[in-house]
Amino acid sequence: MAEDDPLQPASAYDLSHVDEADTRATFSVLVDNEPGVLHRVVGMFSARGYNIESLTVAETDRAAHTSRITIVTRGAAHVLEQIRAQLEKMVQVRQVADVARDIRGVERELALVKVRGDGEKRAEALRIADIFRAHVIDTTHESFIFELTGPPSKIDQFADLMRPLGLVEMSRTGVLSIIRGKERG
Amino acid sequence: MSLQEPITETTPITRTMTGAEIVVRALIDQGVDTLFGYPGGAVLPIYDALFQDNTEHGERLRHILVRHEQGATHAAEGYARSTGRPGVVLVTSGPGATNAVTGITDALMDSIPLVVLTGQVPTHLIGSDAFQECDTVGITRSCTKHNVLVRDVNELARTIHECFHIARSGRPGPVLIDIPKDVQFATGVYVGPDEVTFNHAYKPRTKGDAGKIAEAIELIANAKRPVFYSGGGVINAGPRASALLRELVRATQAPITSTLMGLGAYPASDPQWLGMVGMHGAWEANHAMHDCDVMIAVGARFDDRVTGRLDAFSPGSKKIHIDVDPSSINKVIKTDVGIIGDAGHVLEQMLAAWNARKATPDRAVLKPWWDQIETWRARNGFAYQPSQTTIKPQYAVQRLYELTRGRDVYITTEVGQHQMWAAQFFHFEEPNRWMTSGGLGTMGYGLPAAVGVQTAHPDALVIDIAGEASVQMTMQEMSTAVQFKLPIKIFILNNEWMGMVRQWQQLLHGERYSQSYSDSLPDFVKMAEAFGATGIRADTPDELDAKIMQMIDTPGPVIFDCRVEKAENCFPMIPSGKAHNDMLLGDAAAAVDIGTVIDEAGKRLV
Repeated sequence: MAEDDPLQPASAYDLSHVDEADTRATFSVLVDNEPGVLHRVVGMFSARGYNIESLTVAETDRAAHTSRITIVTRGAAHVLEQIRAQLEKMVQVRQVADVARDIRGVERELALVKVRGDGEKRAEALRIADIFRAHVIDTTHESFIFELTGPPSKIDQFADLMRPLGLVEMSRTGVLSIIRGKERG
Repeated sequence: MSLQEPITETTPITRTMTGAEIVVRALIDQGVDTLFGYPGGAVLPIYDALFQDNTEHGERLRHILVRHEQGATHAAEGYARSTGRPGVVLVTSGPGATNAVTGITDALMDSIPLVVLTGQVPTHLIGSDAFQECDTVGITRSCTKHNVLVRDVNELARTIHECFHIARSGRPGPVLIDIPKDVQFATGVYVGPDEVTFNHAYKPRTKGDAGKIAEAIELIANAKRPVFYSGGGVINAGPRASALLRELVRATQAPITSTLMGLGAYPASDPQWLGMVGMHGAWEANHAMHDCDVMIAVGARFDDRVTGRLDAFSPGSKKIHIDVDPSSINKVIKTDVGIIGDAGHVLEQMLAAWNARKATPDRAVLKPWWDQIETWRARNGFAYQPSQTTIKPQYAVQRLYELTRGRDVYITTEVGQHQMWAAQFFHFEEPNRWMTSGGLGTMGYGLPAAVGVQTAHPDALVIDIAGEASVQMTMQEMSTAVQFKLPIKIFILNNEWMGMVRQWQQLLHGERYSQSYSDSLPDFVKMAEAFGATGIRADTPDELDAKIMQMIDTPGPVIFDCRVEKAENCFPMIPSGKAHNDMLLGDAAAAVDIGTVIDEAGKRLV
């Protein structure tokens, strides 16, 4: 910015990497399961102006007293590097992995999708659901609720296809993640 | 960190006692000798245990009773920064905790180790909006390095010991322990600091990566225009880190500047010292930072008051950044060699690597750089127009410095113009002698910080270089100083204005001085007397020296009302949105219409 005119002022708070493109990251954060730890993690995101696209959290190892928080965010490469450093710095954080950018990373999400329609649209919705291996968990004469799991992109695609067929609403768990292989990730 | 290790007594390691007794026992086992606090309903059991401990063992845990909990936190900061040991605060629930928030945030921003103990309403009342209840851990989560509510008395000892470890290790910072009143009354098992196992995997890295260090040494050895840029991290890493910094800087023959927080790590009298960097830093320091080819940042975080405009910050340099906090590296400025580790450890490794390389620096290579620096020095960027009739604030600080030289001096400041003049005109030869609120910029820091410093160094000359606006924010702590016979000297540069606000309004807001003038100021001499202290006033330059000597020779606390030039501005100044080599100077600024120097876009910045 303003390389040609060094006298043009720029904000003292402006970062010099403004032109970098945003990429998506999924941080899988293993934390000590203590009161307030989720608040501390989420508070850091809001305090530093980072965006949270999805968030899941649950205790994952009762004996070790740990929970896994999976956060999907978006930012320039240096911002993602900073988010990771800020997470790793917290006393209750044991481990941070960027699952979206790790080729061994697996991401899954569960969605409940309500579709309303009749006639050919209703039949088409059922056919597409079959292709996506979605389960019907509730039905009335004019609606279905589908249960679907997969990577977020698959859920998005399913929603796009259902929209013209009568998508009413949906509920998503947010992304869960884990690293492939036999080691603890 | 090489902050002082706790002194452990040889007493039974485990025994049963009340939560309140556990608190007192744990503090003693952590080597704490001083508490800064204020009692209240939710901490009465701890105050009772303290009373009983003092009765049985003498005053081995001294409690300094402040007048406001913010004062307790700043006093603890002053104690911590001047000793290298964590400062300890004890306050009650609700307003006790919320009043402490400013000082806790200040400590977080400046990486000062504090352990703050707050009382809480009994556990069965938590969440019921009980009297003096607040969500202390919720409120302080974003302004502490770590905080915890202790619900089980058997977790109390472990929690306190772990919190001391967290506060002083890695990048130091404030930790808060919230203790409900029923936990203070309950009986539990005490565990000593050597017997506890910590709950968290927290383990900050202290040693630097050898490959990165080799890379850094190569860059320094081949530099033609190197500069060291050191910060508060060197001071936090202990006196040994400062000694190693001096050794490395001398070995490499490079010039060195420092942040506001880092003053004293390198002696100001040394020829390689350039003065402070930043918005009101030295002409030669800022120019050297801009024109260098290799920058070695040690324990400094590229704060916006240091860098100015980022895309014009030191454009031609390779940057080496040493920091114990990995998130500091590449946060603001892209670094070429980032070394994670404690300043003391890394400097020791670097010095060893430098000596192993047997590289005697080529004086001829560095000569043009030093010649250039000499021309910048000759510009005398701190020059100001002297006066025979009014006391110039710069002159007042210069005289204070000259008249206290050779004494055991500690300086604290408030925030504003006087703070910058103190940084420019008071010079430090040793670390831990300079206590100022850098990151948060807390007006009202200096007086209570002086209380804390004087508590730790009873025989030293502790001076708060203050402004008349800042000092009124925590003036009540004079009462603390009088009660505990702490002979602090409050040296007020009184210009009747919030000077830095006035300066910015003059430069950036068309000389519209909105709410920056304090009418009806108190008579500070009478105020001192009302507190039971001594008041001294100086109005003219010719009486200044004698009055300063009178202040120094007064055995008790003093408020010194130094009436200074009202319209003086603080220079040099890097205006918002400008680069390091685009500074305003005092003499040059007087010659032009100062309001036109900063353009419209610059006025919108801070």
